[in-house]
Amino acid sequence: MSNESQLIWKHEAGSGTPLSLRNVHIIYGARKGDVQAVRGVDLDLRAGESIALIGESGSGKTTLGLGIVRLLVKSADISQGEIIYRRNGTEVNVLDLDKKELREFRWKECSMVFQSALNAFNPVLRVWDQMRDTAQSHGWKDKKAIRQRSLDLLGFVQLDAERVIDAYPHELSGGMRQRVLIALSLLLDPQVLILDEPTTALDILTQRTIIDLLRKLKEEQHFTMIFISHDLAIAAELADRIATMYAGRIVELGSADDIFYRPRHPYTLGLIRAVPKVVGGFQELFSIPGSPPDLIDLPSGCKFHPRCPYATDKCKTEEPDLVTVGREHEAACWHWREVEEELQTNPLHSV
Amino acid sequence: MALIELQNVSRAFGKGDERVVAVDTVSFTIEEGDVLCLVGESGCGKSTTGKMVAGLLEPTAGQVLFDGQDIAKMDKQAFQRYRHAVQIIHQDPYASLNPTQTVRQMITRPLLRHKKAKGREGAEAHAVELLEIVDLTPAEDFMNKYPHQLSGGQRQRVSVARALTVEPRFIVADEAVSMVDVSIRVSLLNMLSRLKEEFDVTFLFITHDLALAKYFAWQGRISVMYLGRIVEDGPTQRVVMDPRHPYTQALLAAVPEADPELARRKRRIELRSADIPSLLDLPPGCTFNPRCPYVVTGECDVEVPPLDPIPEGGRVACPVRSSISIQLVEETPGGSVHTDADISQYQPDG
Repeated sequence: MSNESQLIWKHEAGSGTPLSLRNVHIIYGARKGDVQAVRGVDLDLRAGESIALIGESGSGKTTLGLGIVRLLVKSADISQGEIIYRRNGTEVNVLDLDKKELREFRWKECSMVFQSALNAFNPVLRVWDQMRDTAQSHGWKDKKAIRQRSLDLLGFVQLDAERVIDAYPHELSGGMRQRVLIALSLLLDPQVLILDEPTTALDILTQRTIIDLLRKLKEEQHFTMIFISHDLAIAAELADRIATMYAGRIVELGSADDIFYRPRHPYTLGLIRAVPKVVGGFQELFSIPGSPPDLIDLPSGCKFHPRCPYATDKCKTEEPDLVTVGREHEAACWHWREVEEELQTNPLHSV
Repeated sequence: MALIELQNVSRAFGKGDERVVAVDTVSFTIEEGDVLCLVGESGCGKSTTGKMVAGLLEPTAGQVLFDGQDIAKMDKQAFQRYRHAVQIIHQDPYASLNPTQTVRQMITRPLLRHKKAKGREGAEAHAVELLEIVDLTPAEDFMNKYPHQLSGGQRQRVSVARALTVEPRFIVADEAVSMVDVSIRVSLLNMLSRLKEEFDVTFLFITHDLALAKYFAWQGRISVMYLGRIVEDGPTQRVVMDPRHPYTQALLAAVPEADPELARRKRRIELRSADIPSLLDLPPGCTFNPRCPYVVTGECDVEVPPLDPIPEGGRVACPVRSSISIQLVEETPGGSVHTDADISQYQPDG
């Protein structure tokens, strides 16, 4: 790949915290009542790290991602909290940005790669038109320079750049479109990249090329990334830290190794024990009883208690906050020590 | 006698320049009470094969035998019996249930129609039993519900209960758990496994997810399809632990693992091309040859390799690599890890 070396990344592997979420609440208005999709999320995203938000459908992870770039549907409301974005020593609350500032913020500071890559493109525009439009609307004038950077980026995502740049979206396969979308998201050299289910619906071998590409972005270019995925394997492959979400809250946050080998929240443990591995011998799997909660009519206390094997009366009345359970490891569970004991008897791995 | 046997079954779609052979001379057998997992990527022909097995699609060549009888030559009665004995569960429980019917109607109507129950009361009682078998308990709570009032997992259970109304001997499950959340998937799979054990139901389980196939068919068999052909099959444990076809190896190596340590140590198999060839313009010889890292020019791109048996169990369509094992996980210098130990413990049973 000769193109790669010509790419200039303006951002440096910085320090600090480009993004902080403070007590973010997001509500969808519905006929039957308010859907409490996100209920008080605090999260600091450090420069150069990748965080995975994992959880099942309805856990609030996509809503949170859309909230950060303020692309939520009209019926949604960020009712409380702050989304603080920092670059070069200045900071803004994303919720205070007006329309024009938001346009600047998206793509240039923070871009989002969506799950369905076909819907993300205008079907009557060629890849080149989409890239040029994006660059020009952010003040780039030099067409030649835009084209060169576009070609470089398409090469970086391992596409045949000269061919793909003049193609229409329908002429590309799903995996190619996903790669074009990643290239487009990098066009303005954003500081933060949010990827919503970046490999869902792709075939295994295509999925692997995207994972390896994202790993390269992370390890070589030190992009700061948020992955949103229901697939624990994507988190295991790509995340430095993992946040488990349940019913709109982060219920556990820790390093990837802590989450996979030393989880302290029963829901995280339940998820890990429900996912099979392809390598190795037979592995017993366990499902989590019950189904995800109704977000309009949430259970009392800890939202996981109706499905939790550790639940006691306290769990039915009081919702636990995140507490420190290890080094840079937090969990929101009254009974995390019992989970720890359980894992001492039945460890997840001998690693 | 095998319950299901496919003899050189092919299925083509379209005409002239647009003719694609979705399934190309596929042969396999499934014994009564067994599980066969058909795995492969989208477009490999696994669903088309499933539909032909279920009698929903006619092969353009070859025969599908049920209990030794060619289903194309069955008389009306025999075909009817076969259609009752074979049921299919589809991927999307949002599309496969009638939104205007209650669970009661969906279960009791086929019971009455096919005389599996006597009278309204008999059907009602039988429906409750079926709902309990698929873990929708208490069954009375679900009888009056419409599909939109149920979760994805619950709908899929209703689909299974409905399939059970005609007392099938054989179930084709086409990506039956793919749309269901992770935490619920396992209980659905376990419920299906129970049908296998308690009612001796035989399964054709179609999935793109190799880890799920491994879990569900651990005691059964796996067939790997690529561009319409079976490239490797055999006992699940042999195929997963000691894959021989380069495509199977590439798939197993590419699957992301929900285990960071394993993800770091898993071997990468670099393919020569990332893009899957079009069914409209298949390469000559082995269709995997343009991507295969072990390609032998002048051999692989000339003739379609035969699906030949190997001594370790099953068949492999690759004369070049069929006798060579590879390690999927790199050894760690500092002692053994859980997964490695498992691999070394594995003894092929021939």
